[in-house]
Amino acid sequence: MNKRLLVIIGVILILLLVLVAVFTGRRESDTIKIGTIMSMSGVVSHYGIQTRDAIQMAIDEINAEGGVLGKKVELLAEDDEKNPEKTMNALIKLATKDKVPAIIGALTSDCTLAITKEAQQRNVLLLTPTSTNDAVTDAGDLIFRSCFKDSFQGSIVARFSIETLGAQKAAILYDMNNDYSVGLTKAFQETFESLGGQLVAIESYAGGDKDFNAQITKIKAADPDVLFIPDYYSTISLVIKQVRNQGLDVTMLGADGWDELTGQAGDEAIGSYYSNHYSPDADDPDVQEFVRKYRERFNVTPNALAVLGYDATYILLEAMERAGTTDPQKVKVALMETDRKFVTGHIKFDEQRNPVKSVTMLRIVKGEDGKLATEYVGLVNP
Amino acid sequence: MGVFQQILQQMINGLSLGSIYALLALGYTMVYGIVKLINFAHGDILMIGAFIGYFVLTKIGVTPGTLIIAFLISMPLCALLGVSMEKICYKPLRNAPRINALITAIGLSFFLENGARVLPAIGPNPRVFPTLPPVTHHLLGVGLSRVQIIIFAVAVGLMLILNYIINFTKIGKAMRAVSYDKGASYLMGINVDRVISFTFALGSALAAAAGILFASAYPQVEPYMGIMPGLKAFIAAVLGGIGSIPGAMLGGFILGVAETLAKGFLSSQMADAIAFGLLIIILVVKPAGILGKSIDEKV
Repeated sequence: MNKRLLVIIGVILILLLVLVAVFTGRRESDTIKIGTIMSMSGVVSHYGIQTRDAIQMAIDEINAEGGVLGKKVELLAEDDEKNPEKTMNALIKLATKDKVPAIIGALTSDCTLAITKEAQQRNVLLLTPTSTNDAVTDAGDLIFRSCFKDSFQGSIVARFSIETLGAQKAAILYDMNNDYSVGLTKAFQETFESLGGQLVAIESYAGGDKDFNAQITKIKAADPDVLFIPDYYSTISLVIKQVRNQGLDVTMLGADGWDELTGQAGDEAIGSYYSNHYSPDADDPDVQEFVRKYRERFNVTPNALAVLGYDATYILLEAMERAGTTDPQKVKVALMETDRKFVTGHIKFDEQRNPVKSVTMLRIVKGEDGKLATEYVGLVNP
Repeated sequence: MGVFQQILQQMINGLSLGSIYALLALGYTMVYGIVKLINFAHGDILMIGAFIGYFVLTKIGVTPGTLIIAFLISMPLCALLGVSMEKICYKPLRNAPRINALITAIGLSFFLENGARVLPAIGPNPRVFPTLPPVTHHLLGVGLSRVQIIIFAVAVGLMLILNYIINFTKIGKAMRAVSYDKGASYLMGINVDRVISFTFALGSALAAAAGILFASAYPQVEPYMGIMPGLKAFIAAVLGGIGSIPGAMLGGFILGVAETLAKGFLSSQMADAIAFGLLIIILVVKPAGILGKSIDEKV
């Protein structure tokens, strides 16, 4: 009786396997598949969803113009939940099952750093639109990025706080388990001290922490002029609330991870500054055009990561067209020839496959509708 | 700010964090005392409680009055959830080996977290918990925020009520009897099933209250928010002596203060290591916890 059951189960399993093989085998299509790994759920979901949408928008535009190499482009989007292990799973799936030649992603630096070596080994071209950590492109010649680096961004914020805000004493509160936060802290510290400023407190926490009262009390005792908090918006909204709850009246500074904070925080964020990749209200006609198209389609003002994703898609697909193939080894050479203005600025890669781009400084203000908004403060060129 | 003020300020920070741990630790310790089960899903009740508070407060707005309504809705609902968890998941396993119930508890915890993740009303993304506008009172150069006052008041109030229930009511007496000797209390005519359900209800209601307090202090709610406080509260319960109610309160406060002082005066990078190192030392010296009684193995 047991034997019969085993035979039945065995037959069913074999049937299933055959079915799976038939269905996956048939997927021979005449499209070019491009992968993307984005954090579409979890703590930075606002970034992931908007960036994915922007990439899709760029691909739809390119397809409407006839596609790439005479074929339509198809986007395969994977969610990594901002978890480096899941990013790795997504990469392996895209590389082995879908056999994509190139991936746009990942979103955050820690996720991208987790997969750069593997992507290089598996001969997959990786173009991250948004990971700013310096070490991201170190893994090999197939790893590109289309945004500025943290060492540059951090030093701009430090310079801004001394030269524009006149700060003498600064404090830093950072996430010691996050590559992005640590890299920015290092850059800010070096520049701030080299310009004659004094760092009176450097405090840290572990990712996922929610109680920062102890660190804030310590910072308050050190009496800084500015407080630099390099992290992503959902943590920032918690930190700044506790800063104001303790009655610490200090100008707060952040980096591009603060984008989207305006939708998450209350009045306590007003008067803070952060560096970003673009300002939605800049005069640049390309920016205006992109913001209009994006609003029309998704009914929301795109954040900086969305516009970076949009640019990255064009950079990648134009390089494929130039290379005349999707072979990563050839596309990589064509990518190095990129030399034109995109929405977020002029892109030309250096030997380390990083572009040289300018930083936009923004201030958080109260908008006319009573909601928080950002105000363009200035543009800093490298 | 002088050193004295800094110490005082850090003590206040630590005590307010500790009172949330204490509320949660009470649930662990009561359930353990009665059915000898570590209910690992307890931290997720905190999450559910916070979400119920979130829905109530976004619906009717935040004032001190509506905050009370949020407590009054969230606590009974979570009590109900706790009782049904016990009836559906733990009761059938009451005579099974203890490890089975423990694994069930861990499974239930995953179920609640990921169930909340897929539920469209909750979803995987963090949301901002509505809070009262910040007000800070200053005393001797030390700031005491309104949230901290609310946390203290609610936590201490609930602990007093719990103390009354356990020591001065009939059901409390029954709870103590069951925790002392389940078999004998059954023979003496105590409805053990009812006592166990009541314990789960009580613990879950406290967890719901802790959830709203936690979310008011750290205004962000998401499905995994219960994991860390749950873990810390479990440690607090063990530290105070698992099964001992005053021990759980004490353990919670000690853990909160130790964590905050380590962050504030030693190194914020080493804070968790220092706080937990302290716990290891206490447990080495007193293996049953601070107020726990070491029970000799009955042969």
